[in-house]
Amino acid sequence: MFQYDFMTNAFAAAGIVAVVSGCVGFFLVMRGQTFAGHALSHIGFAGATGAALIGLAPLWGLVGFTVAGGIVMGLLSERISNRDVAIGVVLSLALGFGLLFLHYYTAFASQATALLFGNVLAVDHATIATLAALGAVTLLGLGAIMRPLVFMSLQPELAEARGVPLRFVSTAFLAIVALAVSQCAQIVGVLLVFTLMVGPPAAAQRLATGLWSGLALSAALALAEAWAGIALAFQSDWPVSFCITVLSAAGYFAALGLSGFRPRVVATN
Amino acid sequence: MTLPAVELDHTTLRMGGHTVLRDVSFAVESGEFIGVLGPNGAGKTTLMRAVLGLCPPAAGTIRVFGEKPRRGDAAIGYLPQTRTVIPDLRIRGIDFIGASLDGHRWGLPAHNSGARHMIAEALEAVGARELAQRPLSEMSGGERQRLLLAQALIGRPKLLLLDEPLIMLDARHQEVAIDVVRKACRERGITVLFSAHELNQLLGAVDRVLYLGNGQAVLGAIDDVVTAPVLSRLYGTEIEVVRAAGRVFVMARGLDVERVEHMHDHDHGHGHGHAHHHEH
Repeated sequence: MFQYDFMTNAFAAAGIVAVVSGCVGFFLVMRGQTFAGHALSHIGFAGATGAALIGLAPLWGLVGFTVAGGIVMGLLSERISNRDVAIGVVLSLALGFGLLFLHYYTAFASQATALLFGNVLAVDHATIATLAALGAVTLLGLGAIMRPLVFMSLQPELAEARGVPLRFVSTAFLAIVALAVSQCAQIVGVLLVFTLMVGPPAAAQRLATGLWSGLALSAALALAEAWAGIALAFQSDWPVSFCITVLSAAGYFAALGLSGFRPRVVATN
Repeated sequence: MTLPAVELDHTTLRMGGHTVLRDVSFAVESGEFIGVLGPNGAGKTTLMRAVLGLCPPAAGTIRVFGEKPRRGDAAIGYLPQTRTVIPDLRIRGIDFIGASLDGHRWGLPAHNSGARHMIAEALEAVGARELAQRPLSEMSGGERQRLLLAQALIGRPKLLLLDEPLIMLDARHQEVAIDVVRKACRERGITVLFSAHELNQLLGAVDRVLYLGNGQAVLGAIDDVVTAPVLSRLYGTEIEVVRAAGRVFVMARGLDVERVEHMHDHDHGHGHGHAHHHEH
């Protein structure tokens, strides 16, 4: 299947995005902010369709809107980012605006499916270069804040006392999540970013007990699921995103099974 | 004459718009083990946050070893009251503590063999060596609490702020925890502020008690502070102090105040289904 240019492109793009998603998603799951990540992708949908409406590349609309959304969520952190209802309302509103923009830009309708569910087989060389650059920025940013991020995720009160700038780090993190979401949406679409950003990290956190081993496993699982999904799609002629979601879900439930459904010890008193 | 470890001078502390402590003055000497007591909402946590530099006084001054409190002071070991639920993670105890070492610095976390050794030593001291390799999600509340206590002892602090470290510990581990802290206090000269629900757990271990209540604070020997007149003033209601069988009971209208407080806490943790059963 590698004799086709579109297949090698798909593997390259999915590879970059999977590693970035696996790494960023690991912290998203650790912090219990997966729903915020999901909301960012919907905000991105409005951004992408809005950008198309005014004649810009959808990817930059996606990046601009998600990053702005991430920063606003981070700044309002206490009030918004952990409130499911507020996030849910914003998420629907964003999707609604996306629909409105599509309504006024009917020629774009064929690309709406690609935005919602991804179209990795249509990725070209220019997009791969952009994804690689965005991916590098995302991982560098994550590396810069990783130490205080882990500390404040595990022990916010102590981190505050030790002088970690909580709001800055959480805002920077959501901006990084936003970048990862924009890349992820290129592969599996805005509706399915969970499949690479949450499935593999959640599975990794059931299996690994170390910080670095968990992070590495998360990235490796995301990569394996993305590549295997494309290969499966090539053989079966099913949509790529569907294949990746199946593998992601299978990976998560297998990890749950392997870790033995251990009861969660809440407290002994 | 050494400087007091913690000194409040006509200090007023406000928290979310209401005054928690009003015009309070006291001085904790270096090397003292102080039990911090008082009803819920009396300002135990706020006082510790103020000492950490997280809650600047609205009036008056606070001095920590003669200096203004500042965030990130390495001389202070802190065990926060577990207000946030520790996430359900399978991360090991050693990585959990490791993340806190130099956790304020940018970049990638890395802990070398020196750090591992320090963590192992601290866990050993609280009798929790096995927690180093145990995933967080499989620890009981008490085990997590011991992990936090070990963490607070790392890095040679001069002052320990322990906010309700006995919560979730069973009786045996409560004793171990108090022992460990007292040893650190005696052998390493660490000053300790140790807040607790029940005075009796701390009898015989603490040098003095700091009782908070009604916006006021009284620091002194147990026999001077835990008396009917002083506590009646702090609780804002008539209090009886009964000493029996080597224990001290603080009673209001025939009810053990500390036990009732404790039940309040318990209720908050488990919904309000039985919130009023102690009023019968």
